[in-house]
Amino acid sequence: MLRRGLSVLGLAIREQPRIFAVAVAGSVVFGVMVIASAYVVGAVVGDVVVPAIARGSVAVGALALAAAALFGLSVLRVVGIFGRRLGAGFMQFRLQAAYRRRVTRRYLDLPLSWHQRNATGTLLSNANSDVEAAWHPIAPLPFAVGTLVMLVGAIISLFVTDWALALVGLAVFPALFTLNVVYSRRMAPRQQRAQRLRAEVSGIAHESFDGALVVKTMGREAQETARFAARTGQLRDALISVGRLRGLFDPLLETLPSLGTLAVLVVGAVRLRQGAITVTELVSVAFLFTVLAFPVRAIGWVLAELPRSVAGWERVRRVLDATGEMPYGDVTLDPADPRPATLGFADVHFAYEPAEAHLPGTQVLGEVTFTVPAGRTVALVGPTGAGKSTIASLAVRLVDARSGTVTLDGVDVRRLTAGSLAGTVALVAQVPFVFDDTVRANIALDRPGIGDEEVWAALRLAEADGFVAALPDGLDTMVGERGASLSGGQRQRLTLARALAGRPRLLVLDDATSAVDPRVEAAILAGLRSGDPDTPATSILVVAYRRATIALADEVIYLEQGRVVARGTHPELLATVPGYADLVTAYEQAEAEGEQAGGPGGPPRPYEPVIPLNSGLDVEVDR
Amino acid sequence: MTATTTTDRRQSPPTESASTWQTLRRGLALSPELRVGLAGTLALALVYMVGRVAVPVAVQQGIDRGLTVPGGPDLDVIATVVLLTTAVLVVTTTCGYLMTRRLFVVSETALANVRTRAFRHVHDLSMLHQQSERRGSLVSRVTSDVDQITQFLQWGGVLLLVNLGQLVVTTAVMLAYSWQLTLVVFAAFGPAVLVIRVLQRRLGAAYGVVRQRMGTLLAAIGESVVGAPVIRAYGIAGRTARRLDEAIDSQRRAQQRAIRISVLGSSVGELAAGLALAGVVVLGVTLGVDGTLSVGQLTAFLFLVTLFIQPVQIATEVLNEAQNAIAGWRRVLDVLDVAPDVADPGAQGRDLPAGPLDVRFAGVSFAYPGGARVLHDVDLEIVAKSRVAVVGETGSGKTTFAKLLTRLMDPSTGEVLLSGVPLRQVRFGSLRSRVVMVPQDGFLFDATVGENVRFARPELTDEQLVAAFTELGLADWLDGLPAGLDTPVGERGEALSVGERQLVALARAYVADPDLLVLDEATSAVDPATEVRLQRTLDAVTRGRTTLAIAHRLSTAQAADEVIVVDRGRIVQRGPHDELLRDPESVYALLYASWLEQTR
Repeated sequence: MLRRGLSVLGLAIREQPRIFAVAVAGSVVFGVMVIASAYVVGAVVGDVVVPAIARGSVAVGALALAAAALFGLSVLRVVGIFGRRLGAGFMQFRLQAAYRRRVTRRYLDLPLSWHQRNATGTLLSNANSDVEAAWHPIAPLPFAVGTLVMLVGAIISLFVTDWALALVGLAVFPALFTLNVVYSRRMAPRQQRAQRLRAEVSGIAHESFDGALVVKTMGREAQETARFAARTGQLRDALISVGRLRGLFDPLLETLPSLGTLAVLVVGAVRLRQGAITVTELVSVAFLFTVLAFPVRAIGWVLAELPRSVAGWERVRRVLDATGEMPYGDVTLDPADPRPATLGFADVHFAYEPAEAHLPGTQVLGEVTFTVPAGRTVALVGPTGAGKSTIASLAVRLVDARSGTVTLDGVDVRRLTAGSLAGTVALVAQVPFVFDDTVRANIALDRPGIGDEEVWAALRLAEADGFVAALPDGLDTMVGERGASLSGGQRQRLTLARALAGRPRLLVLDDATSAVDPRVEAAILAGLRSGDPDTPATSILVVAYRRATIALADEVIYLEQGRVVARGTHPELLATVPGYADLVTAYEQAEAEGEQAGGPGGPPRPYEPVIPLNSGLDVEVDR
Repeated sequence: MTATTTTDRRQSPPTESASTWQTLRRGLALSPELRVGLAGTLALALVYMVGRVAVPVAVQQGIDRGLTVPGGPDLDVIATVVLLTTAVLVVTTTCGYLMTRRLFVVSETALANVRTRAFRHVHDLSMLHQQSERRGSLVSRVTSDVDQITQFLQWGGVLLLVNLGQLVVTTAVMLAYSWQLTLVVFAAFGPAVLVIRVLQRRLGAAYGVVRQRMGTLLAAIGESVVGAPVIRAYGIAGRTARRLDEAIDSQRRAQQRAIRISVLGSSVGELAAGLALAGVVVLGVTLGVDGTLSVGQLTAFLFLVTLFIQPVQIATEVLNEAQNAIAGWRRVLDVLDVAPDVADPGAQGRDLPAGPLDVRFAGVSFAYPGGARVLHDVDLEIVAKSRVAVVGETGSGKTTFAKLLTRLMDPSTGEVLLSGVPLRQVRFGSLRSRVVMVPQDGFLFDATVGENVRFARPELTDEQLVAAFTELGLADWLDGLPAGLDTPVGERGEALSVGERQLVALARAYVADPDLLVLDEATSAVDPATEVRLQRTLDAVTRGRTTLAIAHRLSTAQAADEVIVVDRGRIVQRGPHDELLRDPESVYALLYASWLEQTR
């Protein structure tokens, strides 16, 4: 642990060598001044005070010099403090900022498949608390390094003064050091346990407040509080055990130098009697023990932080070292081309990467081949878990196929540049995501060529102009964290407008209007299909449940368990594919059955459930 | 705490020291445990402090009586002094241990209780209030804010206590040696303390900025993680990176500003110490020449001044931390101060009469705070055991019915009555056991299917749960799960599909066995087969109970005994589905026509 911890510290020093040098220099100045002050105090007592009192008169010059020396030392100490603390602080903050940048850059660079394998909470704490923990020991590090220098200096100065007093130092300082190390070692696991429990307490609070409505409406506040209180109690006990250890070591660490001073008094008296030292030297050494006690603690602080630092660093490194970027190609589709794009899937297979290397990934798609011809609308229909959202993600290259190709206008999507891809296709996901920003920024996303006029046009097309116009600040209204100030349907229409604003040549709608009132949805779809000159010409791939949506499609692709089972127009499939007919006519069947049985819910069930109801995995890509 | 004082406190700037004391006082009042054995702890701290002055005193005694005596050092005196001092140190060290331990036990116990109380209080707040806060910030009320207080009490608190004690004891010993030199020391430190106080106030404000920037930074990181698909699909990694960098750098700059002020503060203390040492030597020598001060006493004084520097410096740093801790404490208190605006009448309340419940809205209006009215003078009666669907366009006010009926909110005017009892008078215990709402998102806890259903009634056995699923016609679905009741549902239930989450939420409502069931129908699409399964389950759950369903799918309305059509906050139509359809121009007929178009 110590070795790994020191290597993390070494890395920090290599990253910020200059500022670290400043901080250590400051710390060394401080340390040297502390030793110097002990000898100056000794000299003042022995060479100024004692003679003055003995003589009964004051030597003004010597006295002034003594006062100036004492004040001058403290000015130098202040210089040292400035260098040390500002240096250490700036170093720590710069490292934190630098690594937050690197970690978040990795988040942006790593493919979606990597994101899906990692819990949101983990990624958040990687960029936040793990980075912070990794560089936490930096704050006391220069102090500790300066203290080491100071200790060596102190021992040397002791030997210069008197070998017998130096032996007292050799006994006390290493003992102090050892006590600090033992303390840190024993503290680390207790701190870790407390940290873990803190995270758990926080987890319970998060979940419970997330589900506050359920807790409230079921009246389970007391139970939830009991659950929270139980974990809080464990945390309390863990922290009390931390406290016991501190109660044991902190006073010991303070008493040890005091005992050293007393030893100096005894040994010094003997040596004084032998005439080996002077009163000046005795006072200096006694003073030295007093002032050294505190800085030695800095070494303990660094050591105590190391395990947390190593744990944080390892989690940060896991992100930095993660591989599997999705490289983009260098082909650009003509951005000026106003015609709708053609999307092609050729023998596409897709499987999720396994959670552990030796396990097989979950096969989601196999042998998927279809085309969305330019300007046409194709509907993807299938039961939950059939792989519809995966196809939507593949079409906009959020994920790559395991085998087979996805093409846009005949070009493999993997060969396209990121810009060309984003400019050609737009995905509207099932769960709308909006940024904590204005309505305008959420739609334009700083993309070039999208001014207010284009934003309003997109809003009109998405049937969102009405509610946006009614917002207090119109386009400048802040939508709040995750769009909290908007309803689900409004958020969906906003994300739809965002997609339309970019005038995509292929629009992929992954059940993107589910929270929109049917009437509004009908108006949106009609607008997209109207073909009037204001509407961008686009090909559409739509994941659909509602029959009206399906009916608008030129072609329907019916999926079951990751395979294309049938394709054709809606009436064709209805007539020839029983699974499809069962799925899209489930309402009517249930109703008919209800009439027969005298009420809904009565047996028998006329439909065969085609859903692989639960694989234990949520296979929808966009959550 | 009354509303007035809450407002007053919010108006005063957070760095005001008066409000700091106020916060401390109120914080201590909130945790009487903190005062338990405080006198004992303080006594231990005082003894512990004696250990710190023991050495300077020993040095003084040793020098004056053992070293500078005629005839050379007297080793017997030295030995006696050292042995006595060692004995004192053993006692004081033991006291230090006992004090620290007591402090930890007391502060952790007290703050664990504060945590729990704040947690409970957040649940007691009205839904409106809960939603007006960022969820993350509510969580930090019971986690990091309380952590800050405990860390301060233990790390800072011990140090502060020890150091204040040290100041007191040191001052006492200094006075005993020489009042003149003590005055010199105070003259040097007095102005420093004033400057430090000013700096501290600025530091408090600087830390406030750091925290606020940290919040912005966390939100930016959150967006880059949660919004990963959008960022990729729209190729806006560059924009996102810019926003992240801005947040990261502005947080770093705020930290750097804060540490500058902090360093300035400790430098002032250090300079004051230098000044004090110089002054003590000058005046001390003069006094020594006059014969009022011995060499040992002057030497001891020089030691004592260093004992004075440390506490002042440490106290400065601790007070910096105190700013954070007090800000945290204030935030916790702020949460606890918010009186739940939808409060449990408690003991004065009434229980709902046994049996099926009927519902009456009497002249009910509702407006969100600071918002326009969403319901206007609604009068409505729903007979017991009838199944009613409320329909209307988004924003028509239909969801407000559900929230008023379950008393998640109170009407602005008018009254909601259940079987004749005004809702405001109903004890929550009675209300929550008899009236259950299934919210739109069907939130599940990160536990198993069984545990989620059992949430409503913890005493149910597995067999009873299975029986409940069977009664709801969900036995085959349950069997299809990998581990049946023991299948984990994942964080927020995300291992299940949206429709399956709804099924579990309905089963949970079913075992709660309410007399009035309020359903806020999910809007998220599920495939039609699951939809039909949901409808069947719904039918089984609602059978024999008064049910009010906020219907987003008109198939629910079709199946209801009665439909209530809401438009712009008013009831515009009510009656059975077939009747409402008779007027082809009516709001309902238009809604229905559009819906049919969508599903058929």
